[in-house]
Order: sequence, then structure tokens, then C-alpha cells
Amino acid sequence: MRPGWFLRLAAICGYALLLAPALLVFIISFSAGDFLNFPPPGFSLRWYAALIDNGQLMAALRNSALLAAGVACIALAAGMPAAYAIARLEFPGRGVLAGFLAAPLLLPTLVLGLALLLAMQPMRLAATWPGLMLAHAMVAVPFAVRIMTTAFGGVPKDLEEAAWTLGATRFRAALRVTLPLAAPGAIAAGALCFLVSFDETVISLFLVGPRLSTLPVEMFRYAENRTDPLVAALAMTLIGVALAVVLLVERLVGFTRAVGRN
Amino acid sequence: MIGLLLCLPAALILAAGFVWPVLLLGRISFNRTTDMGAMEEAWTLETYAKIVTDDFTWDLAWNTITLSAGAAAAAVALALPVTLLIRSAPPRWRGVLALMAVAPLLVSGTARVVGWMAILGDQGMINALLTGLGLTSQPLRLINNLTGVRIGLTESLMPYCCLVLIAGLSRLDSRLEEAAATLGATRSRTFFRVTLPLAAPALAAAFALAFVLGVSAFITPRLMGGGRVFVVATEIFDLALETVDWPAAAALAMLLLGTLVVAMVLRGVLAGREAPR
Repeated sequence: MRPGWFLRLAAICGYALLLAPALLVFIISFSAGDFLNFPPPGFSLRWYAALIDNGQLMAALRNSALLAAGVACIALAAGMPAAYAIARLEFPGRGVLAGFLAAPLLLPTLVLGLALLLAMQPMRLAATWPGLMLAHAMVAVPFAVRIMTTAFGGVPKDLEEAAWTLGATRFRAALRVTLPLAAPGAIAAGALCFLVSFDETVISLFLVGPRLSTLPVEMFRYAENRTDPLVAALAMTLIGVALAVVLLVERLVGFTRAVGRN
Repeated sequence: MIGLLLCLPAALILAAGFVWPVLLLGRISFNRTTDMGAMEEAWTLETYAKIVTDDFTWDLAWNTITLSAGAAAAAVALALPVTLLIRSAPPRWRGVLALMAVAPLLVSGTARVVGWMAILGDQGMINALLTGLGLTSQPLRLINNLTGVRIGLTESLMPYCCLVLIAGLSRLDSRLEEAAATLGATRSRTFFRVTLPLAAPALAAAFALAFVLGVSAFITPRLMGGGRVFVVATEIFDLALETVDWPAAAALAMLLLGTLVVAMVLRGVLAGREAPR
């Protein structure tokens, strides 16, 4: 049934609300003015230049990129075997384990961040690379397991069984037949884990320190204290990275297909 | 056996980064804070008692619940027309429209708050428009107060509502609406008597998800409230990092978790009653 005018109007309002903030960030990041006012008095790249000149923010950007890359590797390395076991093997406690490996997604990140701070501070792990890696890997692993379970489940079991018949060991069949066929899923899972870590703000807020900080945290603090378009340029950097990763995955494997239809 | 072994690395990461910290959080909530502000090992309910008997906690709880219930309701109300539009769009537009509805999930919450500052600020888009049209002489205060948090929270919850509604409404048979129209029902009558009742379970699920996410939201209340809006989440953060009263922060977090669990169980019970199988 074709939607009536009222429905269309309401839907346009809905979309406006959804898309306006990102659009405004885009426009304001090119502002030549000193404040977050709209319309901007003129357009320039001065705030992007200021961003590149800001050593603290660039260090945070580097930290975030390194952290996210490391977290994606860890989450994939730990998540893939688990996903294979859940998708393909029968063993006692499979359902419980699958539920457990998704559990961190059920708790608010604020509570997780607080819990990690309380656990890591006495062990001097707060504001260290291992501490942040563990914290981010913990939130990324459920995503890796979930996407990879779908990916492994999508590979026909017959192929692996054919490899067994032809004399391949179970390990070899999994490694040489199923894993390559699930590669698009692995790329998508890695990309998503990268983004989960790269955008993670609340947990990081509890765990960063003066020596080690991440880009979302620096952006949060900047937005809390100051209102100049530098923070918009910073926000555009984060949006740009997210967009680049999504487009890359789309080009490589097709995002919707890789993430699955669940 | 090999299956358990394959799950071991992932399970270890979660044991160290999730189970142990959350258990410790529970343990610390039973500790005591001395008058000097130091933490003392104990097994006591003192901290909980202090929190529950403090009127400020109840103000916070009330603020949090009304704020997230209002934002969740508004988010569902706005997500419904968006989803209905997606559903009735020609197939080649459907994917794009759905992607646009959930795209904000890929944009970090803080970045979206920056966008809202440019829209709602004293020199933002809306106030520039209003003063330009001569409707107001003083800028409207739309941010750094409760209004700002309401708007921001609604927006940040909408993509989640859209996700739930897109999944929920795809199972809804559009021929029923067409039948109602053929039988002479007006558009609004079809909507209120056919579409809305059929969509009710999906709407309830979307509201429940949005409410739970709203109750524990931190970035939007903190940044869009300008430090003037206090909810449970901001209080936990301040207790942990500014006051450094760990037992109080832990106890408040445990109470928040308890509330969320109760809300989810309640929703499960209600949903079970609506659709008996």
C-alpha cells in the first residue's frame, strides 16, 4: 500500500533527526569560524590543519588505530576457533558456551568500564596497552564469534566431509576447506572488531591515563570543555575511518552478505 | 572435548576481562568507605543502605526512568513511520533507506553530539533560523539542559528501534492492510485498526530495548546535559572517577544492573502472556 502524506511527512522528520547530526558535523568541520555556529561565517580547512598540528590528538589517533588493529587480530584469533566449534562440533556445554561468549553484550558498557577499572587499577593494568587490549578484546570477541559462527554455518558441511573421505584429517579439512570458504566472513568480522574498538568510548574513559589515551576519549574530553570546530574535524576523522572500513569490506566481500541475514 | 579446547582462548579472554571484573564489582559493593574516603575491606550492606536512604538517589532514579521512557517512546514513534516507509518502498530503494536508518550506529556517539551542538546551540542552526525569521529575540536554550538530553537520547535510540521494527514488521502481511482498504476503510482507520495492532509486539520490543539502552546511556546525558543533567549513569561515573568512592560506585552499578535484569524479566513475562504458544 502506498504511504499517505502524513506517514511520508513523519518519516521525513524521522530521517532528518537521524541524519542531521552527521551532516552538520560534516559542514561545520570545514568552518572558517571560531565557534560551532551555523551557518559558518566561511569555509576553510583550518581546523583540519589544526588537528594535524595537535600532537596530543594525533598521538591518540595513532594509539586508537594500533589498538583497534591489535584487538581485531586478537578477537579473530580467539573467536574463530570458538565459532568453528559452536557451528560445527557437538560437545557437552555447547549451548552454554555460546551464550557465555555473547554475554558481555548484555551489560551496559558503563558497568563494564567501572568493573574493569576496579579490577585493573590494583594490578596497575589501567592506562596500559595490555589493559586496554584486554578490555577492548572482551567487547570485540562476542562480535567475532557471532559473525564467524554464521560464516562457518554458511559453508556446506558436505565439502568438509568430502575432504575427510579423500583422506584429509579433520584439522586439515577445517583449515584448507572450510576456513578459506569462510574468509569473507572473517574479513567482515575483523573489520567490525576494528570499528568496535576504534569507536569504543565509555569503557576507555575509565581506563585511559595521561600517558595513554584514545581518540574517542580525547574527543569526548574536548567536547566536554570546548566548542570550536576542531572537535568537528576530529569527529569527521572518526566517521571517515568508519566509512573507509565499511566501504573496504563492501568492495572486498559485500558487507550485508558477509555479516549474514540474522 | 576438542570443541571445549577450541573455545578456550575466547573463554579465557572473557573470564579475565568480563567475569572476574564483574564479580569484583559485586564484591567491592559490599566494602565500606571510611570517613576519610578510603576503602575498607568488609562484608557489609552499609553502602547500599546509604544509597537507598539518600533522597538524591531517588531523584536520580526518577530522572533516569522518566528521561529514558520518554526518549524511548519518542524514538519508537519516529522509527515507526520510517520503517513503514521502508516497507512500502520499491525494492531497489529499500536497502538504501534501511541503511540510512541504521547508519548512525556507525557514527560514534560523541561525534553525533558535536553535530547536535551545531544544531541546538545558542548560535546553532535552529536559533539562527528562529532569530532570522524574527520569531525570537533571545536564543532558545536547547542544549546543556534536559531538553538537549531528551533530543539527543531520542536520536541515539532511534536506529536501534528501526532495527527491531524492520525485523518485526517484515513478517507483517501487507495484504491485510490492502484488504482493509478494499473493504472501504480510510487510511487512518486502516492504520489504527489493522497496522498498529499487528505491529504492537514489535513496537513493545523496540520500546523495551530502547528503554534499557536509555537507562544506561552515558555519553548523551553527560555531553548534551552540559554537566547539569544528572542521571544514574553520570553519577556512577562521577563516583568512580571524581569522588573516587569505589564501594558507592560499585553498589550503584549493581543496583542499575539489578533494575535492568528486573526490567528484562518483566518484559519477558509480559511478552509471554501476549503471545501464548
